[in-house]
Amino acid sequence: MSLKLGVPSKGRLMEKTFEWFAARGVQMARTGEAREYAGAVDGVSGVELVLLSASEIPRELAAGRIHLGVTGSDLVRETLADWQAQVWELAPMGFGHADLIIAVPKSWVDVETLDDLDAVAAAFRTEHGFRLRIATKYHRLVRDYLRAHGVADYQLVDSQGATEGTIRNLTAEAVADITSTGETLRANHLKILRDAPVHCSQATLFAARGADWTQARAVHGLADKLGLSLPADLG
Amino acid sequence: MTGADALAATLLAEMQSAGAVPVAADILQPAETLLDLYGEDIRARAYVTHDPDLGEMMLRPDFTVPVVQAHMRIGAEPARYCYAGPVFRKQTGGRAREYLQVGYEIFARDDPARADAEVFALFARLLAPYALRPVTGDIGILKAAVAGLSTSDLRKTALLRHIWHPKRFRALLERMGGKGPLAEARADLIARLRATPVAAQIAEAGQLVGLRSEAEIAARVERLIADAETPPIPQAEVAALEGLLALKSPASDALAQMRAMGWDALAPALDRLEARLDALASAGIDPATLPFEASFGRTTMEYYDGFVFGFLPARDDLPPVATGGRYDALTAVLGQGQAIPAVGGVIRPELLEALA
Repeated sequence: MSLKLGVPSKGRLMEKTFEWFAARGVQMARTGEAREYAGAVDGVSGVELVLLSASEIPRELAAGRIHLGVTGSDLVRETLADWQAQVWELAPMGFGHADLIIAVPKSWVDVETLDDLDAVAAAFRTEHGFRLRIATKYHRLVRDYLRAHGVADYQLVDSQGATEGTIRNLTAEAVADITSTGETLRANHLKILRDAPVHCSQATLFAARGADWTQARAVHGLADKLGLSLPADLG
Repeated sequence: MTGADALAATLLAEMQSAGAVPVAADILQPAETLLDLYGEDIRARAYVTHDPDLGEMMLRPDFTVPVVQAHMRIGAEPARYCYAGPVFRKQTGGRAREYLQVGYEIFARDDPARADAEVFALFARLLAPYALRPVTGDIGILKAAVAGLSTSDLRKTALLRHIWHPKRFRALLERMGGKGPLAEARADLIARLRATPVAAQIAEAGQLVGLRSEAEIAARVERLIADAETPPIPQAEVAALEGLLALKSPASDALAQMRAMGWDALAPALDRLEARLDALASAGIDPATLPFEASFGRTTMEYYDGFVFGFLPARDDLPPVATGGRYDALTAVLGQGQAIPAVGGVIRPELLEALA
């Protein structure tokens, strides 16, 4: 059995991942036709490339069906309960940066921090009879963050896309979303709270705690190439 | 029947002998009531499901809400109820997701001290065979302390709202004392808000989007500016409150220490504590050795507003075997206008079984 390495199957995330490995002497390429999700690895033996959607990689890691996987640190934290019990974080890869932030209308001139948001949430509930709505698809991350900061009287509403538009559409009062440049937020008349972001995400190489490492000795050769030190209890 | 089931049946029978009427509760509960009560956090702790007709439902995370609702619908006063059955909580790792709770609740208008003591003494008797450490506390004293600070009602309300969130409570208290990063951020905000009329600032921010209106924004700006003119909470009071929060001592001694603080606002709450300790002594519990921790119940028991108690296993990594307390305010929220003083608690038979 070989070591299964899951990488994003398309787009910039795939290209950057290939570049990151290539810079460390491991060449990866997609094989076959452009639409076929198959890949090959050169420069280290016993490694099998598994091309997957970045959003499926956390689940595959948790199930132990792949040994290693490249995906956003935000996706692992959001998708996996108690993520540290399921994966090891081997290496932040320095690309795919995006911050998960909380934003409110720019016209809320009285709000700059979570402290303000919390006070507004209390007043909003009194005024409108329901809890202030924060639209997001990152429920776990945002809820943990707000709990850690003791913010009360809010509710999360699910938004899988066009999240910044929910405020204008009156389905939310605030949003928690990924941003890299803040362009979309500005275009929708929103501003970011001044506090530290909910999470600063980047592409990261993870290892599955639950994978069968006994037949995946190739990980040691790969780790040498990549200059990584492996967790002591891996394999 | 498992050992825990048998234990639950025995405990329930004991509670019936103590005068409680058994009540049943649906496992599926409307999510909205629980969310309104506990806030968004409950989603992380309870199993949420969806019914095509009834909307969002939850597998009951505890019995308190359905038992209070049942009492409000049908209850005669005073009333004692008991129940046993599974509750469901999301957990990580090896902790139980589904476990039994056996509970006892008293709804009574007269002599709250005696009702508090009755519940605690019953639990102490039922749990006596096990090596557990009892702890008591009193959220009512903390509320009285906040209400007694020399500051505006606005600030007291903000602090009271966060009694159950110790980290935010501390940050707010620090800001209201005029210290720390929140106070600095607030000072910057106030300077900006004072420099230009609100309407002009909102206009400058561009389009007003969302449900929160210009009037709401202006109203908060007014409150913020008024708040900035409120003097900081005196450091001596902040220190006294922090001292109170840190108090851990046998109950009689804790009462003496709190009396010695000479804090007039605490007097009615301390009188209630004293009456409870007397009632406990009459029920065979010695206040001179009963542990009291002023902050007990602040992190886990959001709806309790007076007496709180727990029975803890010797090992720190295990959850409390039993918890309970007084929740007068909750009955007002659920009773839609009606309210009745209530006190009660639950025991977890599986944890007892593990200790046996």
